[in-house]
Amino acid sequence: MKQKNDQFEVKVITGNEACAEGALAAGLRFFAGYPITPSSEIAEILSMRLPAVGGKFIQMEDEIGAMGAVIGASLVGSKAMTATSGPGFSLKQENLGYAAMAEVPCVVVNVMRGGPSTGLPTLPSQSDLMQARWGTHGDHPIIALCPHGVRETYDLTIRAFNLSEKYRVPVILLLDEIIGHVNEKVIFDKKEKFELWQRETPDVPPENYLPYKFTESDVPPMVSFGKGYRFHVTGLVHDETGFPTNNSEQIIKFLQRLNRKIDRYADDIIQVHEDSEEGAKIGLFAFGSTARSAKNAVNLAREKGVKINFIRPTVLWPFPQKHVARLADQCDCIIVPEMNLGQMAHEVEWASAGKTEVIKVNRIDGEPIRPSEILDAIMERV
Amino acid sequence: MKKDKKLPDIKINKEWCKGCAICVEFCPHDVLAMNGAYPEVVNLEACTACQLCDVRCPDFAITVNKNEQEETNEAKK
Amino acid sequence: MLDYNKYLRQQKFPLIWCAGCGDGIVLKSMLRAIDKIGLSKDEICMVSGIGCSSRLTGYVDFNTLHTTHGRAIAFATGVKMAKPEMHVIVVTGDGDATAIGGNHYIHAARRNIDISVILFNNNIYGMTGGQVSPTTPIGSRASTAPFGNPENSFNISGLAEAAGASFVARGTVHDALILDKYIEKAIRKKGFSVVEVMTPCPTAYGRRNRIGDGVAMIKDLKEHSVSVRKASKMSEEELNDKVVTGILVDRERPEYTDNYNKLIERVKGSNS
Repeated sequence: MKQKNDQFEVKVITGNEACAEGALAAGLRFFAGYPITPSSEIAEILSMRLPAVGGKFIQMEDEIGAMGAVIGASLVGSKAMTATSGPGFSLKQENLGYAAMAEVPCVVVNVMRGGPSTGLPTLPSQSDLMQARWGTHGDHPIIALCPHGVRETYDLTIRAFNLSEKYRVPVILLLDEIIGHVNEKVIFDKKEKFELWQRETPDVPPENYLPYKFTESDVPPMVSFGKGYRFHVTGLVHDETGFPTNNSEQIIKFLQRLNRKIDRYADDIIQVHEDSEEGAKIGLFAFGSTARSAKNAVNLAREKGVKINFIRPTVLWPFPQKHVARLADQCDCIIVPEMNLGQMAHEVEWASAGKTEVIKVNRIDGEPIRPSEILDAIMERV
Repeated sequence: MKKDKKLPDIKINKEWCKGCAICVEFCPHDVLAMNGAYPEVVNLEACTACQLCDVRCPDFAITVNKNEQEETNEAKK
Repeated sequence: MLDYNKYLRQQKFPLIWCAGCGDGIVLKSMLRAIDKIGLSKDEICMVSGIGCSSRLTGYVDFNTLHTTHGRAIAFATGVKMAKPEMHVIVVTGDGDATAIGGNHYIHAARRNIDISVILFNNNIYGMTGGQVSPTTPIGSRASTAPFGNPENSFNISGLAEAAGASFVARGTVHDALILDKYIEKAIRKKGFSVVEVMTPCPTAYGRRNRIGDGVAMIKDLKEHSVSVRKASKMSEEELNDKVVTGILVDRERPEYTDNYNKLIERVKGSNS
């Protein structure tokens, strides 16, 4: 029994706490942020925890500056993160685009609250899904993860760092106010080792280093500033050398690689939890805190003998198109509950290409979608 | 006895020069003059190798070699 | 004179700046100061924002970071905090640093983080075509102030002083060799330092305000600059159209990355 206690630690923590702990487990060494509800606890915890591991915490003068500082820290080799919520996420968008353009690994947490504008600061929503994908201007790659519980927040925070290092891309972690603030029992296995990825470094001497080299993998090796490889980083469209270019051929080549680098690895990045039943004709697509209600609704429906195919993506961008297409082939309808007016339903409709009916279940009043509301939508189709 | 003066070597890089004439206007001894779009050396004898033309050239297009090394060599002879 | 070539990315020349623009004069002064201190190229991170002067980072062989508009100091803050042994030099302009980036400018000064800012003040937005900036003098013309600027302008060195910078100096491209000393002192200073350099923009400012080309503008700068010492004996009215040059602030204040490292030691000490 005692031995077991040595191995396992049981904690009751919130999603925001799990996010901070996950980041530290992933090797976070730099956090820059700005106070905003409902994400502030992440900054508060890290202001306490980072110095103990030799890491740095800074509360910047604004959200924009926090995003800039994170990029600066990442360029000198620190694993870096910021955390915010809707309005702050809007302010970060320009520099988020810079990170995508200059291929600087970093993690941006957005604990979603009701919008637009100041909106519903203390209440949950899932209405920043499109902002996460298209908030910054221009065609750009992005990865967005979305956990449905506290333990998963911990795991996905680590994954966010890994993906960002592996693909040299900013990764957005979309929590919502419910996940950020809900207390859950989490069991940590002290012996559990997480695989931690580091950005691939060049195997050539400085004089041969091309910071934006076209490689077989489409992800150029990256070296930190100060290691003897002096190079230029810019938000302007650049060629392999990192310097700005106006050459049409180079522009196309670069921007295609930039976007291809995520598209071609979509299967590696996308994770979907599938809970299917043979012959089910009702599909259900849910994510984040809404997936908790959806799970409950699925159980209630199954008690009534209704078969459901339930899929729950933890990666929203890139969008799990193949999984949805399969679901559309199998089912007569796909129910999409979400705390917005139908942002993901729109994507589900696109991915199902008219093969099935997409049914929206939405709430925008800062209240969670209840299991009964999803169950009602299911039973209407029986 | 007056020593032979080794004159400074003024180089103008026309690839980088934009013809702003700052070097010409601020030369204290009128060593330089504009010739069309570019400056040229017109009075090398007057050059004291103060290098103010270099200091104020925004385009890294003019350099003045004092030829000090040569001067000492000359003196040794 | 210094052989600048060892610090230049010569393949990127000629410079993007217009004929008569003073930015290259400042760049040379920076390189002479860096060379005098004897910093290695690997230990310098040069960070710039957006604008004419911010294009400078593309031409120098350091670790160079060309960021978004106004955010150079924010990016630089991340670099300096995460790697305090790096010499972080920010290259920025009057619009970049004190309009869109004004918040970062004052807060970096307040923290007194060890970053040296070389602020190219040409009183105008040059790259975008001559729009009015926070330092365009009242009454001057700009493409967005066709009837003369109705706004008061910033004293951006004074702003840095009031916000808490350790070192502030103002110079002009006319007195470029004196500028070397200011920049050298700024880089050596442990703390937030600003060197405001008055530099001409003949294309977007000089022509529109009938001062003339680069040569005329540099002469104009010479005529209008007075040293701090001289200025102390002049009336406010006499100083109205003058540029006060010299070391304006040189003081000791606790530096931020030092403070933070001490905090780390304290936290680690109490944990063990």
